[in-house]
Amino acid sequence: MYDAMLAETIMINGHDGHMIEAYSARPLDSTPRGGVVVIHHMPGYDDASKQIVHKFAFHGYNVVMPNLYWREAPGASPDDAAATARAKGGVPDDRLVGDVAGGTEYLKGLSNSNGKVGVIGYCSGGRQSFLAAVSLPLDAAVDCYGAFVVGTPPEGMPLKVGPIVDKTPQLSCPLLGLFGADDQHPSPDQVAELEKALQEAGKTYEFHSYEGAGHAFFSVNRPAYRVEAANDGWEKILAFYGTYLS
Amino acid sequence: MCTYLTERIAISGSAKGASGWFKVTDGSVYFDHPVHAPYGHTLNIDFLAPSQGPSARVAVELSAESARALMKAIEAVLDSAPPGLD
Repeated sequence: MYDAMLAETIMINGHDGHMIEAYSARPLDSTPRGGVVVIHHMPGYDDASKQIVHKFAFHGYNVVMPNLYWREAPGASPDDAAATARAKGGVPDDRLVGDVAGGTEYLKGLSNSNGKVGVIGYCSGGRQSFLAAVSLPLDAAVDCYGAFVVGTPPEGMPLKVGPIVDKTPQLSCPLLGLFGADDQHPSPDQVAELEKALQEAGKTYEFHSYEGAGHAFFSVNRPAYRVEAANDGWEKILAFYGTYLS
Repeated sequence: MCTYLTERIAISGSAKGASGWFKVTDGSVYFDHPVHAPYGHTLNIDFLAPSQGPSARVAVELSAESARALMKAIEAVLDSAPPGLD
């Protein structure tokens, strides 16, 4: 079996036509395959996020992860870039959508693309994955414990996030949601509210909430890591993409 | 969770980073995921000089308990300093 893959830093067209950095990994054979846009978490375009890119490529997907902080901090280390972006108020929603659209365009332009693209994000990226899926034509979306899809952020918060559950009728694709039952952001009530909105809009979705897990249970390099939830979650993600991106 | 909670302040002073001392003009204070400290969330302070680029930054990530101890220590020192020493 030929299983070579290439992982590299590239430039893609982002929001408003700006070229931004992205990290890509893709199998090198010519078999048609789906693509995945990975949205990095708020701490940035870091090693852990790049490992996620590698994992999807290992499982047969073309993958790209836009550097959401490229405009504020080109070439900076991921933690400095994240700090700079935070100090400037974070990533505006319209810019996020434009950058994911650029990633989607890149994936669909690859010679071994089957024309299907999914999106996934963790933590702040979970909300942004949902945001992309209600804003762009996609084939599958995964929201891993994204806060503030439902629920209003604390008053006075300077970052540019707000609830987007009202956009559920515009969801363009099936949604997989993975949550920790002990998480308060999103809380089980907020997950239930999102589920209700999906039901009312007649959308295809699959939700799993893991007992004994809180926020960020996929993070292998953080104390929040929960091996059973993370292992089952990965199986759910790969099965979901297997259904909708093949 | 990513708390998003951030207090941004203008500050005046200097900090020593990887390239030596530099003048800092901005500060960010937030309680969120750390990059390095072994906690789910920490009190993070960035001392910044945005005009010199993203790497002009001195960062600390403190446990909540440590951060409160630091606050008390700063207040105690400032309160006991003789007046007029600016």
